[in-house]
Amino acid sequence: MTMEIEKEQHVLVIFPHPDDEAFGVSGTIATHTKRGTPVTYACLTLGEMGRNLGNPPFATRESLPDIRKAELQKAAEALGIKDLRMMGLRDKTLEFEDDGKMADLVSDLLAELKPSLVISFYPGFSVHPDHEATARAVVRAFRRLPETERPKLHLVAFANNTDADLGQPDIVYDISNVFEKKMDAMRAHISQTIWLLKEMEKLLAQNDEATVQRVKFERFWTYRWDDDKVSELKA
Amino acid sequence: MEPIITAKVQESIDHFANKDIYIHMETTNGAYASHFNEKFFSAGAYIRNARLSYEHGKIVGEGPYRVGLKLEIGWVYAEGLTHYGFDEKGRLLLAGHDFDGKLAVALQIGEEPFK
Ligand SMILES: [Zn+2]
Repeated sequence: MTMEIEKEQHVLVIFPHPDDEAFGVSGTIATHTKRGTPVTYACLTLGEMGRNLGNPPFATRESLPDIRKAELQKAAEALGIKDLRMMGLRDKTLEFEDDGKMADLVSDLLAELKPSLVISFYPGFSVHPDHEATARAVVRAFRRLPETERPKLHLVAFANNTDADLGQPDIVYDISNVFEKKMDAMRAHISQTIWLLKEMEKLLAQNDEATVQRVKFERFWTYRWDDDKVSELKA
Repeated sequence: MEPIITAKVQESIDHFANKDIYIHMETTNGAYASHFNEKFFSAGAYIRNARLSYEHGKIVGEGPYRVGLKLEIGWVYAEGLTHYGFDEKGRLLLAGHDFDGKLAVALQIGEEPFK
C-alpha cells in the first residue's frame, strides 16, 4: 500500500553519517527537490570511523574524513540538495556528547528553517549508537515546541525488532520515478558502498523481488508521541 | 598504505621514542556486528590524541604484526597490524585490515595531535 508524497514547504533531514540518507530516504528527498521544495540535510559527522578502508587500502584513518566529505557533497548534488550542512561532530561519539547541546543543535535548525517535515531515525529502532543519539536529540527538540507547532516527523527504523515492537511503517512511498537518482546517491558513497552495490546491482539485474522492494519503496514511521520513550533531559 | 615492512616501521618507532607524542588507537568490529549476527559479541576501544612518551617500542611477528610500546610505568599494545604509512606530517599510521578490507585495529603515533 503506497501513498503520494505530500508537497512540503521545507524538508529538514538529520542524520549522523554520510550515506545514512542514501539507502532509506534518497528517493523521497529527490522527489521533494524535483518539485522545487527546499531540502536541508544536516549531517552530523563525516563518518570518520568508517571501517571500509580496503585491502589493499585506498584510505587511512586520517584521510577517510575528506574522502567521505567529498562523497557526501556528490550525493547531495545528485539529489538536488542545495543546503548541505556538515555539523562537525565526530563519528561514534554522539551518545557521549552533552544531551542538552545535542537537542539545542536540532532546536536551532528548527527555529531557523521552520521545516514542515523532518526526516531522521526512530529512537530505539535505529541500531547504531550515533543513530540513536540523533533520534533522541530530534525528539527532545520537538518536545520543546507546542504540539500544534511541531513539523511532521517521519522516521526510519530498521532494528531487527522493528516489526515486532513498532509494527508496520505507516508511510510507504514508491520512488520508482527517481530510481536513478537514488542509485546515483548510493554510488556517490562508493568508498563505503562498493560491495553492497555490486551485490545489489546484480540482484536488481535479476529482478530479485526482495531487492526491488527494498530499493523502490521507502518506509517511514510517524513518531508516536503517545508512546514517547525518550527520557527527559536532566536539568 | 602499504603492507608492513618491519624495518621501516621499527625505524619510525625508534624515532618517536622518548619524545612527547600523541597516540590514536582503536579496535573495532563495527557498530553493526550485533545487528547482523545477534550472537556476535561486539567490542572495541578507542583513544584519540592521548599524550604520552615511551622508552622503547618494537614490532614483532610474521604478519599480521604486533606492536608494543614500553612506557615509564605501563604499556601500549596492538595486534593484527597489516599495513603502514606516513601522513603529510610524518606521523606513523599502522592499521590492521581484515580479509574484506575493513579496518579492525589502528595504532598511530605523531608529534602533533591528530585532527
Ligand atoms: Zn549511519
